[in-house]
Amino acid sequence: MNAEIRNIKTNAELALAEAYSAGKTRLPGGRNVVALREEAAARFDALGLPHRRVEEWKYTDLRALMREARPIAGAPDAAGIARAKDAGKRIGDMDARRIVFVDGTFVAELSDLADLSPGLTIRSMAQALAACDPLVEAHLGKVVPPEREGVVALNTALMRDGAVVHVAKGATVERPIHLVFATTGQTPASVFTRSLVVIEAGARVMLVESHDASAGHQVNTALELVVGDKAHVDHIKITGGPSDLVHVSSLMASVGAHARFNDFAFNIGGGVVRNQTFVRFDGEGTLAGLRGASLLNGKQHVDSTLVVDHQAPGCQSREVFATVLDGESRGVFQGKIVVRPHAQQTDARMMTRALLLSDEAEADSKPELEIFADDVQCGHGATSGALDEDLKFYLMARGIPETDAEALLVQAFVGEAIEGIEHAGLRDALMEQVVAWLWARGG
Amino acid sequence: MLEVKNLHATVDGKQILNGLDLVVDKGEVHAIMGPNGSGKSTLAYVMAGKPGYEVTQGQILLDGEDILAMHSDERAAKGLFLAFQYPLEIPGVATMTFLRTALNAQRKKRGEAELSTPEFLKLVRDAAGKLEIDMEMLRRGVNVGFSGGEKKRNEILQMALLQPRLCVLDETDSGLDIDALKIVSDGVNRLRSPDRSMLVITHYQRLLDHIVPDVVHVLSAGRIVKTGGKELALELEASGYAQFQGEAAHAS
Repeated sequence: MNAEIRNIKTNAELALAEAYSAGKTRLPGGRNVVALREEAAARFDALGLPHRRVEEWKYTDLRALMREARPIAGAPDAAGIARAKDAGKRIGDMDARRIVFVDGTFVAELSDLADLSPGLTIRSMAQALAACDPLVEAHLGKVVPPEREGVVALNTALMRDGAVVHVAKGATVERPIHLVFATTGQTPASVFTRSLVVIEAGARVMLVESHDASAGHQVNTALELVVGDKAHVDHIKITGGPSDLVHVSSLMASVGAHARFNDFAFNIGGGVVRNQTFVRFDGEGTLAGLRGASLLNGKQHVDSTLVVDHQAPGCQSREVFATVLDGESRGVFQGKIVVRPHAQQTDARMMTRALLLSDEAEADSKPELEIFADDVQCGHGATSGALDEDLKFYLMARGIPETDAEALLVQAFVGEAIEGIEHAGLRDALMEQVVAWLWARGG
Repeated sequence: MLEVKNLHATVDGKQILNGLDLVVDKGEVHAIMGPNGSGKSTLAYVMAGKPGYEVTQGQILLDGEDILAMHSDERAAKGLFLAFQYPLEIPGVATMTFLRTALNAQRKKRGEAELSTPEFLKLVRDAAGKLEIDMEMLRRGVNVGFSGGEKKRNEILQMALLQPRLCVLDETDSGLDIDALKIVSDGVNRLRSPDRSMLVITHYQRLLDHIVPDVVHVLSAGRIVKTGGKELALELEASGYAQFQGEAAHAS
């Protein structure tokens, strides 16, 4: 007898499998890509949508949270494109090169591909797949592929478009690249975007992803990121959207030796949001910061899940996550640090903090350390609590009204995580988002 | 200026203040002395409106207006200032932001215009200079990494900027060495004015060598048991509080 129990497929799973079989001939890609999709579709067929009995998803039962699957979005019409004109505004007035995707499709007329600095190449994933781009052939589906991961498999099967960015060895890209993903469709749809970013040795780039959506959408987005030796990469992902948005995002990153990698995830919207990050250190002496801040209200469910795999010695990783929860929201943090036997002198620290502004909000933290080397420094901490009443009283005793006092304390709480972003202009823009969120809360 | 009438207060259900009466006129400095547990800090917190400090009877009038129904921030805007015995650390809120937010919130509540950045900076620079506070410190989180003396100086800086009409100083001398005590006392003395009253709460007489009070009260078991001139403080220094603890026991 086979011990594995096959679940009866849900409507959503059946619809997604059907969408693949019906639409696969129209999806971009040559023979290798077709094989990749087929293999991924078979994996999704076996795994289905992740559910609470899958340990990595126990707090985010996607199968239960996503009973129906939306039809796959088509290419946007002129009105849809027009609606996306202002997408990605959360970065404030930071100067960046905008590359815009609407309903999962690259839109050249909203994107800025002029005067690319030397060593920088940007193209759309759909074009790259169709043209059997060698960079895509070399890396797609191969950067830290997570095992038994239904949503990544689903993304691979159904990926339509996204960005393919390459920065050549030693090149410095001064102007940040801003990948803007917007859905503007007026009927709820599902969108599958896949990007590949390869930063060669010694190169320097800052990459910002902005995600926003219209009502009822289901977004499954994935990014494979290769950070070369001695490269310096900042990656900031900003996620917003309506309260009925399902947004599942997977970042898979391999980082070379003596590199610097700063990742930041800012969540300020959506109904069900899962940001999963898989980072592997392949070379020694690398510094990495994986940070995030989330602001939740209503019935929002935001899950930040990290797997940090130290395969090389002498790397330092820092994880700092701050979550502010109001209403009946639920915040999940899962952080796993793996230190392989030969990854000596690893220095890994993880801290997650939750600030509960309401009695009905819930924060779950699950830090895990798996250490197989004997000369390492690893630590983790998790706190959750309400606003400090004594601090609030101190502020009020100086004449600051209660709501302003609370807002100051929340800003201070989130600010500590946001400090991890190197770009001052973006830090300020995100703090403005925090202030706006606090105002909307009933400042 | 300040009238406290028959004040009774409890903390965690425990009766601390038992019918306290006190009148401080405009421009006067009154000291409140008393043994540990007599209710000195409770009086300070009740005046500022700290949650958990419940008034069960009595009134606190500031210029004839009962402040007990007001929130802490409203009391501050009315001109009440409490210098904390243990100033709190607020990581992530720069002292400058804190000072400016407080000052402008009070001005706004009083219907006054907010200060411009140059006006504000000039005020802070002048006040900080007198208290020997480095401007660099004010860019850090409120009281974060400050020594005990620096925290107390920061309290007096806030007082100088906010220009309250009634200052309550809760054990401002605790944790200060002689030099810091002098800087803090000088700062307080500079703020003495015919329009401003002060209530100086202290366990020890030494602060009153520097901030010389007009009136000294002895607090014991939650009520004022003796009132006199500044010489009363010296008397207490010599004889201790034991006699009053007996007196209060009889009185209550």
